[in-house]
Amino acid sequence: MPSTLPDGDPVPASGELPASALDGLGGRPFGLYVHVPFCVTRCGYCDFNTYTASELGPGASHADYTATAAEEVRRARAVLGTAELPVETVFFGGGTPTLLPARDLVRILRVIDKEFGLAPGAEVTTEANPESVDPAYLAELRSGGFTRMSFGMQSAREHVLKVLDRHHTPGRAAQAVREARQEGFEHVNLDLIYSTPGESDDDWRASLAAAVEAGPDHVSAYSLIVEDGTRLAARIRRGELPMPDDDVAADRYLIAEEMLTAAGFGWYEVSNWATSEAGRCRHNLLYWTGGDWWGVGPGAHSHVGGTRWWNVKHPAAYAQRLASGASPAHAREVLTPEDRAVERIMLELRLSDGFPLAELARPVVVARALADGLLETEAFKRGRAALTLRGRLLADALVRDLVS
Amino acid sequence: MRIQPGQTDPAVIRNFCIIAHIDHGKSTLADRMLQITGVVDDRSMRAQYLDRMDIERERGITIKSQAVRLPWQVGETDYVLNMIDTPGHVDFTYEVSRSLQACEGAILLVDAAQGIEAQTLANLYLAMNADMTIIPVLNKIDLPAAQPEKYAAEIAHLIGCEPEDVLKVSGKTGVGVRELLDHVVRSVPAPVGDAGAPARALIFDSVYDTYRGVITYVRVMDGHLGKRERILMMSTTAAHETLEIGVISPEPKIADKGLGVGEVGYLITGVKDVRQSRVGDTVTSVARPAVEALGGYEHPKPMVFSGLYPIDGDDYPELREALDKLQLNDAALVYEPETSAALGFGFRCGFLGLLHMEIVRERLEREFNLSLISTAPNVVYRVIMEDGKEVTVTNPSEFPTGKVDKVFEPMVKSTVLVPSEFIGAIMELCQNRRGNLQGMDYLSEDRVEIRYTMPLGEIIFDFFDQLKSRTRGYASLDYEPSGEQEAELVKVDILLQGEAVDAFSAIVHKDKAYGYGVEMAKKLRELIPRQQFEVPIQAAIGARVIARENIRAIRKDVLAKCYGGDISRKRKLLEKQKEGKKRMKMVGRVEVPQEAFVAALSTESSTDKSKK
Repeated sequence: MPSTLPDGDPVPASGELPASALDGLGGRPFGLYVHVPFCVTRCGYCDFNTYTASELGPGASHADYTATAAEEVRRARAVLGTAELPVETVFFGGGTPTLLPARDLVRILRVIDKEFGLAPGAEVTTEANPESVDPAYLAELRSGGFTRMSFGMQSAREHVLKVLDRHHTPGRAAQAVREARQEGFEHVNLDLIYSTPGESDDDWRASLAAAVEAGPDHVSAYSLIVEDGTRLAARIRRGELPMPDDDVAADRYLIAEEMLTAAGFGWYEVSNWATSEAGRCRHNLLYWTGGDWWGVGPGAHSHVGGTRWWNVKHPAAYAQRLASGASPAHAREVLTPEDRAVERIMLELRLSDGFPLAELARPVVVARALADGLLETEAFKRGRAALTLRGRLLADALVRDLVS
Repeated sequence: MRIQPGQTDPAVIRNFCIIAHIDHGKSTLADRMLQITGVVDDRSMRAQYLDRMDIERERGITIKSQAVRLPWQVGETDYVLNMIDTPGHVDFTYEVSRSLQACEGAILLVDAAQGIEAQTLANLYLAMNADMTIIPVLNKIDLPAAQPEKYAAEIAHLIGCEPEDVLKVSGKTGVGVRELLDHVVRSVPAPVGDAGAPARALIFDSVYDTYRGVITYVRVMDGHLGKRERILMMSTTAAHETLEIGVISPEPKIADKGLGVGEVGYLITGVKDVRQSRVGDTVTSVARPAVEALGGYEHPKPMVFSGLYPIDGDDYPELREALDKLQLNDAALVYEPETSAALGFGFRCGFLGLLHMEIVRERLEREFNLSLISTAPNVVYRVIMEDGKEVTVTNPSEFPTGKVDKVFEPMVKSTVLVPSEFIGAIMELCQNRRGNLQGMDYLSEDRVEIRYTMPLGEIIFDFFDQLKSRTRGYASLDYEPSGEQEAELVKVDILLQGEAVDAFSAIVHKDKAYGYGVEMAKKLRELIPRQQFEVPIQAAIGARVIARENIRAIRKDVLAKCYGGDISRKRKLLEKQKEGKKRMKMVGRVEVPQEAFVAALSTESSTDKSKK
């Protein structure tokens, strides 16, 4: 069951944004997120907004979806006005974007380019399931303007993949990385999941080793989150699987840090490592550093100049809104200066660069965090609050203390 | 009403009360009497007519008594029956004794399926010592489980009558109730008093009413009390004017002619606080005062203390106001402001006993909408220091450290009635609670009365729950204060990260200190969430640590994913957690949730353990 959307204020049918949001538009980096809400099967742990039926109604079927999404891109351009908005990053996520033919993804990218114009050297990423691509597909994306592939590998162990309901064979992700490299993708990410029920430390080491061996320039590693309403949550409730343990997750995180560092990766966000600064995901950095982006697709979230909004969730409702000329936005929130300050700490503290000390209002909390080994001494001397390894594992607790 | 108050010949008055255990059907029987005597018609009858407070009706117990004037005819003569409803719980023994003093007769009401209970027995002894006429009655004879022969024999043995003399009624169906009323007229003596003497009336209840102020219930012993008369409360020497005087039947009826010898009624003087009109005090006339007060007045003495704290510190003024209001109607409730490092601002409250405490707490939460934390109840200790100085301790955290010469604790005489198969279980429990066996008597073949002296402090700590669980609910308990004893008592402190948490300190016997310490430390380890650092929990007597547990440091407190679609949700969660943090109590650097205090201070888990 897809998770529920947050509460918010109503959005006018025109989708018109408040003046505060448009203020300074173009002065901040701008990106687009395109949500593709389709999967072949739903994985047991997933609470994303995705659907396994291929026919969801007019405008929402696989075949119509490209046109519907393109329509929202054109709507975005109209709402944002005439400001120069070169697109620095585009990210296709899901769902499984690669369930659509490569030409459809490329077509949406062309519409984005036509409406906004891609900035020189723009980063264009799509997520993909390793089993949903082949060299021809990858070649088509690459030549169509995509620069970065992000594969959901999750684990190199078959029994772990089984618990996660992932259907690719363990070696397929590594192979997909090699194929992407061959087809000219300079940047490739592998997503990994740790502390799945039944996974051992050695299983996790094996997954990390296989990921590193495949040669990506970026790895994301997430501890498995048991979301309410998922099949996984039900199985744990029934006692079929044990609840992932936080201490085990902490151990796995330390293993990831150790092995990825040894392999030449450096962390730049709590759950993200890259081999170089160029390998960092610019699109995600835009989320974390207060950039503007327009989220296209059902349930997609957007942020422009302190206004956040999110689209209606169901693909059919989404398509209907667009067909009737109305904004697909479900609700929005205009952040107060206090909200924005809290969000900045919440997001930027997770980055290796950290947060400027001068902008933190709780010197006592900072001093204690430093004494407790949650913040780096060297960074502190440079005027930054940057997490230590221990601090990364307790980041939410520290953020709570800093904003309370 | 055929006979008007104020001119009733004492010869046609019968004053009686009903002695019964909770659930033995006293209120139902009283309801039936109201119906049969015709003072309440069937249409306006509601269950337990005389119990005014919601809590009373829900718990099925009577907390405050009341008196109803009932007309009843035997042969050609009209009689006036005054039924005085008595509270039925151990905490209110004193009020029961005052109600008894207002009567000449008592109906001993016993559930025909359960037999007599300890508190009933205690009240029966009070009535017998007061030379009252006892009318033994078995109730609920309509129940399939009723064993009227067996329990009639038991009662006959207790009061020294023949089993055939025990009346059998059903308050539910009304069977036998008319006969019972006739019997009251025939066997209860008419009141005797000196109509010409200065007025003396016994206050047997005092209730605060929002609209009328204090309503004082009296039984006139001598003389006469009139309307618009200056009256004197003999213990406080306060004078008031009677604004209204009347009887309850069962709604108030003004008595223009006042109240005469033997009559029972109420008076209103406009005072706003029941402490000015105390149960047991004697009312006389200012113009012609009595020389001697009626005997037996005692000032209510709190026996059990507990700290009450608002869960939300902002509610402190509301709590103060609520206590002020409750005190208007509860002369036994005492309180004073107190500060706890762990719980903030609150009140140390004194109660007659555990039930009194529960009732007050429940009323504060229900009628005043407050959320409260209460500390574990404790008794009053008298501590003699080496230099001879004496300290009275009503709060364990105030227990003096060092240089203590002697400690005295309050004692009670307790009576347990139980089926004989549980004698062993009761003796084990009482022995374990430092009880001293005083005697044991068989009430019947298979029921015994066991008497122990015991420290009150042992009884208020989950004794009642233990008693019930070890006897499958069959045991009943009564106790009365009985002096004090010197004991080897120590204060056990609970420390979090080396810092004592005042709310968890307890005064226990030295042999039990270790057990208390271990149990509390274990409980807290389960209740306090892991912190960013290791938290040692220690139990200590002075500087000596007797038990230790550790809360391991939390190692991971971070959500792995935080992308564009997660930000709003995460910020909202953060705001919620910020609010949650406000409700945390800080002990040094340790954040302790309110719930942990509530759970740690309840005695439930210790009860559960013993049930295994």
